[in-house]
Amino acid sequence: MYPEYMTPSLKKVAQSRKQRFELAKTGKPVFPPMSAEEREEVLTKFHPDYKPESKRQINIGVNKGDVFTTEIAEMLESRSRIKPGIFDLSKADYETDVLIIGGGGAGCAAAIIAREKGAKCIISTKLRLGDANSMMSQGGMQAAVTAVDSPTIHYLDAMGGGHFDNKPELVRALTENGADVVKWLEELGVVWDKNEDGSFVVRHGGGTSRKRMHSSRDYTGAIIMRTLMDEVRNFPADIETLEFMPVVELLLDKSGKCAGGILYNLETEEYFIVKAKSTIITTGGYGRLHIRGFDTTNHYGATGDGLILAYRAGGKLLFMDSVQYHPTGAAFPEQIGGFLITEAIRGAGGQPLNKHGELFVFPREPRDVESSAIIRECVEKGNGIETPSGRLGVWLDSPLIDMLLGDGYINKQFPAMHRQFIRYGIDITKEPMLIYPSLHYQNGGIEINEKGETNIPGLYVAGEVSGGIHGRNRLMGNSVLDYNVYGRLTGEYAAEYSKSVKLGALSLDHITAYEKELEKEGIKTDLITPILLPSYTPEDVRKRQLTAHYEGTLR
Amino acid sequence: MAEKQKKEKSETKEMVTVLIMGKAHKVPADATIMGAIEYAGYQIKRGAGCREGFCGACATAYRLPNDYKIYTGLACTTLVQDGMWLAQLPAIPAQKPVYNLDELKPDVTAFQRIYPEIFRCVACNTCTKSCPQDLEVMDYIQAAKRGDIAAVMDLSFDCLSCGMCAIRCPAEITQYNVGILGRRLFGKYLSKKSEQLDKRIKEVAAKKFDKEFKELMQMSEEELKKKYYARDME
Ligand SMILES: Cc1cc2nc3c(=O)[nH]c(=O)nc-3n(C[C@H](O)[C@H](O)[C@H](O)COP(=O)(O)OP(=O)(O)OC[C@H]3O[C@@H](n4cnc5c(N)ncnc54)[C@H](O)[C@@H]3O)c2cc1C
Ligand code: FES
Repeated sequence: MYPEYMTPSLKKVAQSRKQRFELAKTGKPVFPPMSAEEREEVLTKFHPDYKPESKRQINIGVNKGDVFTTEIAEMLESRSRIKPGIFDLSKADYETDVLIIGGGGAGCAAAIIAREKGAKCIISTKLRLGDANSMMSQGGMQAAVTAVDSPTIHYLDAMGGGHFDNKPELVRALTENGADVVKWLEELGVVWDKNEDGSFVVRHGGGTSRKRMHSSRDYTGAIIMRTLMDEVRNFPADIETLEFMPVVELLLDKSGKCAGGILYNLETEEYFIVKAKSTIITTGGYGRLHIRGFDTTNHYGATGDGLILAYRAGGKLLFMDSVQYHPTGAAFPEQIGGFLITEAIRGAGGQPLNKHGELFVFPREPRDVESSAIIRECVEKGNGIETPSGRLGVWLDSPLIDMLLGDGYINKQFPAMHRQFIRYGIDITKEPMLIYPSLHYQNGGIEINEKGETNIPGLYVAGEVSGGIHGRNRLMGNSVLDYNVYGRLTGEYAAEYSKSVKLGALSLDHITAYEKELEKEGIKTDLITPILLPSYTPEDVRKRQLTAHYEGTLR
Repeated sequence: MAEKQKKEKSETKEMVTVLIMGKAHKVPADATIMGAIEYAGYQIKRGAGCREGFCGACATAYRLPNDYKIYTGLACTTLVQDGMWLAQLPAIPAQKPVYNLDELKPDVTAFQRIYPEIFRCVACNTCTKSCPQDLEVMDYIQAAKRGDIAAVMDLSFDCLSCGMCAIRCPAEITQYNVGILGRRLFGKYLSKKSEQLDKRIKEVAAKKFDKEFKELMQMSEEELKKKYYARDME
């Protein structure tokens, strides 16, 4: 339930609804979309990435001298969890063809395909299989399937959304494989939203010029992820899944080829050596680093581990200066602060409104533009609504959706959203939601080519941890497509590569070299990475955690 | 400015006492169970995944003062109550039989083969009562027994596999896995197929978009920008 003092503002929203409904029914844009100049202006002034202190130079590694998001530069200039000298690399605890690091969507897709191509796989994952951002996507997946659409129109949308920084050949592979992925997933048993005649229900997303968002109600990610996991588990002899066993460093061989990784058992605190002919990093994003103090939509394990794994081994990063803030994170109630409100709400006709109940931005600008416009409305124009805990937000008018698309549409198509709010006495079929941008997606990542290869032989990368596909801003629905397309591609190429590669002796010399470089650059840090899990322990508890010496697993 | 505003200081908040695995802790009255566990100082390893109600990692059982009932909830979305005695389930022992979807038929025989234990269902409705998503779990198990795949799909659609049903079922059924099988059978065999999809796949395979792609990929940023801002909208 909304507090009393919000009632006048809620009344204004209700009052303007009829007029906005009439306007929306015409099918014309309900607010003028921004020109290139207007976009530039709002981004420069209000996007968190454009704040001078949000970026700094990285002083170590392959990208030395490049400008990165400050928190990322800090994370990379850090020490390893392990002392390389202690490990006896002459014998491995596990041997496999393909080591897949991360049990999300990209990881599972890669495993399914690599197995089909005859490779044995190990999936190392930090939490349970499927505890991943992939489980959470609600809105859907882009794919150019309809007759009025084409992969090239999709290509243009993605390039424009990414401010034309995207690597063209990566976007081509992404968009050209869309229809194939829809089919592949359907054959694995994904239940897509369909019309009576078998055609797909498709919606708009931010920055799309055609309706191409394919969905499974608002449990799209959950439906796809559980299907992929179920399939992975149908092959226990070929795909071994190691849960709560994250990789904490990559292994190279003496000639610099990637040769597996070091696993850490989160529960017994043992380390294990995995020797693998090829390795695929699919560790997802970094929302749990809470960049610039923002809340996040991401899962518990989204701590950017893959970036540091690759970076210490000499992997090159791309576009690490850009962070995606989702325009519509929940701002109220406090308990769900930062939770995602799917963009499909706007795709279906939901409108962002200020405290006077007025539209102030076209509802489907690309995400960075939309987010910046919301921040501007709250911060500069003073038209936000303040919550009891002092957050700001604007309304997202959902009742309009049932008016436009018929009673019951929200309950049928957005059950997760409805559930999220009704727990707190807010019925989104009758009242709007209060929203503010939330840290959502890692736009850049480890640089790949159209086969998912990196600059390190034998190291492949797929999904959110990769960089280049989305330029500096990903469009909604392109990431679910991305993890499927590149998960499959890397599974295929890694399996193929594994057939012929000959590995030399295993080595962790790159870890020692990285430590030396830290010293040489005069970087003093206590930070140990990969971070693995964020800590939400309150300060006063921390102050009492006074163990002076750690022994065994007692801490 | 645009940055997240500081959260309210905890001292000014209304507090309640919860018993986390039997140990009493004072936590903010408006905390979720997950928030309360972390507030008390625990570093969660098992018991948190998505933290937003999608993954089912955070299944929690609890009782309330002077009430004999066992309640279930997702730690990430359920609010604490004063006197709540709670424990998270670190994992659910459950089998996941191996099968080849291509060899199954979308009717009752699939369930007979893979999950024969569903026929032991005594219709006690405990699964439904224990579902934190408020799904009609027993109804989809009954639908599976009839081979009504569409109903299994529809009724189990929002299932998070948290496992609360399975752990309480007197007939020892793993309901959530039955739901997954039902949905996969529906998606693969029973949803009406799209001809346009197959057409598009053929077009791509025949390299229909090759030329256009090459042109677009060779354009200067300026040309591409012009094309982008001039594109028509559906
Ligand atoms: C709430 C939400 C909604 C979204 N909605 C949409 C949408 O509608 N459409 C869309 O296109 N995209 C959406 N996205 C984005 C999209 O879901 C993700 O970008 C995508 O699923 C990432 O897939 P992935 O496989 O690369 O990573 P993930 O699915 O995050 O998987 C990464 C896995 O790696 C594991 N891992 C991490 N570190 C290690 C380590 N050191 N060792 C071993 N394992 C490790 C993690 O635990 C996790 O299991 C959404 C994201 C979120 C958070
Ligand atoms: S942590 Fe995923 S459902 Fe609660």
